[in-house]
Amino acid sequence: MNIIEVKNLTKKFDGLTAVNNVSFTVKKGEIFGFLGPNGAGKSTTINMLSTILAPSEGEAFINNFSILTQRDEVRKSIGLVFQDPSLDDRLTAEENLRFHAKLYGVSKAEYKERMEEVLRLVDLWDRRGDIVRTFSGGMKRRLEIARGLIHYPAVLFLDEPTLGLDPQTRAHLWSYILKLKREKEMTIFMTTHYMNEAENCDRIAIIDYGKIIALDTPVNLKAKVGGDVIRMKSDAKPSLKRELEEKYGVEVKEEDGVLRIEVANGDQFLPRLFNELTTKIDAIELRKPTLDDVFLHFTGHAIREEEASDKENMRQRMRMRRRV
Amino acid sequence: MLTIWQRELIRYWRDKTRIISTLFQPLMFLFIFGAGLSKTLAAGNFGVDFVQFMYPGIIAMSVMSVAFFSTISTVWDREFGFLKEILVAPVSRVAVAFGKTLGATTIASIQAFILLILAPFIGVKIHFSVILPLIIFMLLLAFAISGLGLLIASLMKTTESFGLVMQILIFPMFFISGAFFPLTAVPSWMRLLSNINPLTYGVDAIRQILLGKQVASVVLSKLSLHTIPTNALFLLGFSAVMVSAAVWAFNKKS
Repeated sequence: MNIIEVKNLTKKFDGLTAVNNVSFTVKKGEIFGFLGPNGAGKSTTINMLSTILAPSEGEAFINNFSILTQRDEVRKSIGLVFQDPSLDDRLTAEENLRFHAKLYGVSKAEYKERMEEVLRLVDLWDRRGDIVRTFSGGMKRRLEIARGLIHYPAVLFLDEPTLGLDPQTRAHLWSYILKLKREKEMTIFMTTHYMNEAENCDRIAIIDYGKIIALDTPVNLKAKVGGDVIRMKSDAKPSLKRELEEKYGVEVKEEDGVLRIEVANGDQFLPRLFNELTTKIDAIELRKPTLDDVFLHFTGHAIREEEASDKENMRQRMRMRRRV
Repeated sequence: MLTIWQRELIRYWRDKTRIISTLFQPLMFLFIFGAGLSKTLAAGNFGVDFVQFMYPGIIAMSVMSVAFFSTISTVWDREFGFLKEILVAPVSRVAVAFGKTLGATTIASIQAFILLILAPFIGVKIHFSVILPLIIFMLLLAFAISGLGLLIASLMKTTESFGLVMQILIFPMFFISGAFFPLTAVPSWMRLLSNINPLTYGVDAIRQILLGKQVASVVLSKLSLHTIPTNALFLLGFSAVMVSAAVWAFNKKS
């Protein structure tokens, strides 16, 4: 059964197309990841699916409710954890949950039961009476997840859930997310620009400039890269590049001053390379493809490359303006 | 709606500094101006003790500043992201606006009520029979001002800009409301402005109710502008316009 069905969703902001004709489906109980750089259209997609933004074109169904015509039903069907914290930090953890439960029409009896359940799930039961202002970043995020669950949504949206958290807290948070999938069979739709996190998803959509470029399981996506990745450092890059292309017919890419090729069975290819190559190599690295490689393979640029570029700055500004 | 209202009250209750400072300000005004001006203005002679004359204005001002500053929570929520949580909930924008407005109304009325209790200690005489109508008008005024505050808050992005707009509005509104001096003998432009000032109607009604049993009706009619029902009607109409405008602004923003 499909919990999310998206058909040709498009969003334009005065001339700029933030999300461009996107279609996909998410099955019940799966963790579906949106992977892409900042400003690729991830948050805009979430905002449309959660009825905060109206799409310019296209249609989407969540839990079989239309985001265009059945907004209240859609809102009841989803739990949301935003990119920026959205807790009332002057209230206690429990008061935040109670407020949320009341807004979503959870009855008092149900609330009591669920409150304990979700707080225990994220290990905040002991802190329920504390004012949120005293919480750490990781605790706040966990509380937001608990809050997003208390009305038993059909799907939980996590917009960059680990942004701004330290690696340890991040790993911790992921153990909660995976526990959620295991124990509750919760459908989770998440966005991230961390490659290593996307590995935890059942399926990933790679999104760049508002378009989905690839959509598959992490394993299949990596298989599409074409095997293993070999990176080489050399002083004679042009001649090395020429030699590699002529001898092996492989495509040679250059990134950060390092030559990079993709080959099947890299462990067997490496000895051959050492025997046959005439150009001097200073350093060489062989590794299994990561999602970084997948992203590079499909988009032609690395995910972190453009962080400080003008385009990125422009995108940042767009994001600021778009904030509710 | 009730939920949103309740949250405003919890937040208020947590912030003890806010409770004390908002109470202290009007009392200070009453003491300082009352003591200082009553001598100077005695020559003007309204036929009423100046403290007695000013007391309704002080109540109105207290209601106004508290109601305004309580709606700051909306801007606050926007800055800290909490407004998103409210706006994606399956709750109508009308309920959100009403909840917020009623929250501010309640807080403002509680403070005004405390001022009412303190009245006998600072030499203001109040008849028991007028307390109920007084409270009704305090509520009406608080609601009107909260509505205006919410409208401004829904248009503002930062707490700083909200604070600035409040400062610009509060003092003129206060001075041309008739709280300090009767508006029966002022230039016509000021009269015109005071006609769209909700505070004018609040002060006018509260003063008539408060002094009604104590002052000769001739003196009172010299001080008052509109009849009590007119005042009530204006405040209600004003609130309706403000809250609808705020709902419209919320819808437009998201």
